[in-house]
This record gives sequence, structure tokens and C-alpha cells, in this order.
Amino acid sequence: MKIAVIKYNSGNVQSVLYALERLGADAELTDDPAKIRAADKVIFPGQGEASTAMTYLKSRKLDSLIKDLKQPFLGVCLGLQLLCEHTEENDTECLGVFPVKVKRFIPENSQEFKVPHVGWNELENLTADPLLHGLPANPFVYYVHSFYAELSEYTIATTHYIHDFSAILHRDNFWAIQAHPEKSSTVGEKLLENFLKI
Amino acid sequence: MLTKRIIPCLDIKDGRTVKGVNFVQLRDAGDPVELAKIYSDEGADELVFLDITATVDKRKTLAELVTKVAKAINIPFTVGGGISTIEDVKFLLNAGADKISINSAAVQNPKIIDEMAAEFGSQCIVVAIDTREVDGIDFVHTHGGRKATLLRTQAWAKEVCDRGAGEILLTSMDHDGMKTGFANEITAEISLMLSIPVIASGGAGNMAHFKDVFTFGKADAALAASIFHFKEIPIPELKDYLIREGISIRK
Repeated sequence: MKIAVIKYNSGNVQSVLYALERLGADAELTDDPAKIRAADKVIFPGQGEASTAMTYLKSRKLDSLIKDLKQPFLGVCLGLQLLCEHTEENDTECLGVFPVKVKRFIPENSQEFKVPHVGWNELENLTADPLLHGLPANPFVYYVHSFYAELSEYTIATTHYIHDFSAILHRDNFWAIQAHPEKSSTVGEKLLENFLKI
Repeated sequence: MLTKRIIPCLDIKDGRTVKGVNFVQLRDAGDPVELAKIYSDEGADELVFLDITATVDKRKTLAELVTKVAKAINIPFTVGGGISTIEDVKFLLNAGADKISINSAAVQNPKIIDEMAAEFGSQCIVVAIDTREVDGIDFVHTHGGRKATLLRTQAWAKEVCDRGAGEILLTSMDHDGMKTGFANEITAEISLMLSIPVIASGGAGNMAHFKDVFTFGKADAALAASIFHFKEIPIPELKDYLIREGISIRK
């Protein structure tokens, strides 16, 4: 099984590759459209700023490529946000795989809620989904983000910070997770392992 | 619910883990990669690696060690010590670090915080602040706490936040190595003033000190070194204690 990890100008994709390596997966970091199309599974990692990332994806024509992919696809962190319709981060139109809006956290009480949302928080309201198979109840995952996807019919797990938001989304062959599975200890490993089995 | 983080800090010198009492006497505590793996398996929420000799010796990177650690563990980690340029940061992030921490370089050239945050995102830029009280006033110190500056700690914390730091690692040089508890007062003052997380460091001696820094100190995370390295407080025991005390903790 061949895993393509989409290469674009985003931070720390290395840890996603290391996590896949620990699971024994055959993963390659690539921006070659042919390799991405031919892969059995595609992972779209990401950290960084949305408009810069979208501009880069468009310049390499990766935006239309991603939308047309039919194999299991996993967006991570910024990858989730870019799969949505629009993000408030620099008012950026995104890929629109999920008809969901991405908003900035606005703390009602800055002494209690800080932005970015950094640290370990729980996945809640887990639905029956192959990606979530075998996870413990309310498992902890590691977050670092200032923007969140609103709840939608595609939400398969939520997390509460200030309010509930979409922790994990699933539509057709597209999955997306806001937390960092590659940094989420055994829970993250289970999520990645589940994705590799889909 | 978002949990409070427990962060073991591994001070690195010549590729080995050391911890100085008030940064002067050094004791050897083992192989950093092995130790990192143990902490990760024991339930540490994050790790920090600080090359304590870097600023003085002008040694630039820990890239080799960073790659080994990134391959071995599945929790986030921060790397600091002697980082001063965009290139340093790029090198360490590409090696597999999740965040970098800057200290003296930010004091010497505050604009570097804006530049690093713009280039890599605030989420991976931690600004470490070493503070020491002088005649009742808190001043920022650099170079492992040896060099005093004229910067007031509170004002500097506000400035680094405004410039785009993602987190503050606040070390009390008065408390560091003393094992008498964290500097709860200034930690709370800064944490309540700012919209970004504050990691408290320096002074952990027993489990109650962690409870205190999360409650009175309003810290988002607590960092310690020797008490973990020498197994004075096992992390699973600490986490069980904090949960019993009603603190939100990941198990």
C-alpha cells in the first residue's frame, strides 16, 4: 500500500512521516500529481496560514486535483480547514469538500479561554465510523489551532473549547481531523492505523 | 475539557541530559532519547529540550538529536537554546521539532519574534522568559539567568505576546532548583494579563506545588526537570494526585 503525503509549503510534515514510519506504512512526501493520483491513500497535513497555503495549492493546480481524488483522503489540522468552504483566516476561499465554515475562536473570557487552543482535549460524541473504530471513550488528542470548523452533518466527533466544534469530519472518501494524530500518543496512532485500514 | 499540561524538561549538554541546581552545578541524568521515550510512555503531555550551553557556547543546533527524538516519540516537543535566526528555526522544525523556544535572541532583537511568527506561525514560537526579582521588582534575565536586563518581566511578557509569540515559558530564577514551589504570584499575574498560554517553570519540589501553580498560579502548563529525572515524583502518580485534587488532567 502506497501513501502519498501532500507536500506544500506547510510546517512540520516531518512528524506525520515519522508517525507513519512507526506504523510501518510506506509513505512518500510528494507534490507530483501523478504520484498523488496513483497512491492508495492520501494524507494532507498542515500547519501554517490558510491563504498562503491555498495560493500555493492553486499555483501547483493541487486544488482541483485534491477535490477529484477518489481514494481515502485524510486532512490534518490546517488540512481540515482547507478542505472546508471558507476560513476567516485572511478571508480565504478553500477547497469546499466540506460545506462548512471555519471561524476564529473568540474567547468570551480571555482569562479562562486562551487562543490558540493548545494542548490535550477530548473527542466527544463519537459516531460509528471506521476512522474511530476501537477508540476509548472520550479519548484525548493534541490540539494547536486558532480557527475551528463549525458543527455540520459531516461531523463525526466533536471537541469542546469555548463551544463545541467539529473535531473530525467525514464525507464520502474524505476524512479530516483538527487535532494532530501524529502527536496524540496512542490515540493518534490508533486513528492513523484506522485510516490505513480503510 | 482542555487539560493542564505536565512537561518534563530535558536540559542537554553534549548530547546528554543534565540538570543544574540554579544552573550552576550539573549532574548527569542519562540519554535524552531514552528518557524522552520513557516520559512519553508515562503520560507526559509534552517535552522541552533546552541546550543549556548553547547561548554561551554559540552552539547552534540540536538537529541530530531532534530527529532521533521525533522518530521515537508520539507527543509534541519544543527545542530551545541558542536559537536566534529564521534559519535556525527552519532547520529545527524540518528536523522534526514541533515548537522552538527563543530567549536571549528575542531580548536582543525583539523583531525576530514577529518575523518568526509570520514565517512559521505563532503556534510554534515559544518565548522563554527568565525572571528574577531585584529589590521587589521583576526583571528579565538572559544567558541562563546570569545577565540582568532593564526589561520589566510583566512588560516584556506583554510585548512578546503582542509580537506574536504562541506561548510563554516563564522561569523564575529565584525558584529554579530550590524545590520550594513555583513562582505562583508572577505566573498568575502574567497568565491573567495575556491571551496566550503560560508554562510555569522553576521550583517544583512536590506534587502539591503542581496543584498550586495550576490553581493559584493560573498556569496552563507546568515544567520541571530534576524531580522527574531522579524519579522523585513519577508522572503517573503526579497525574493521579492532580485528578484527585480536581485539576483537569489527561490520563
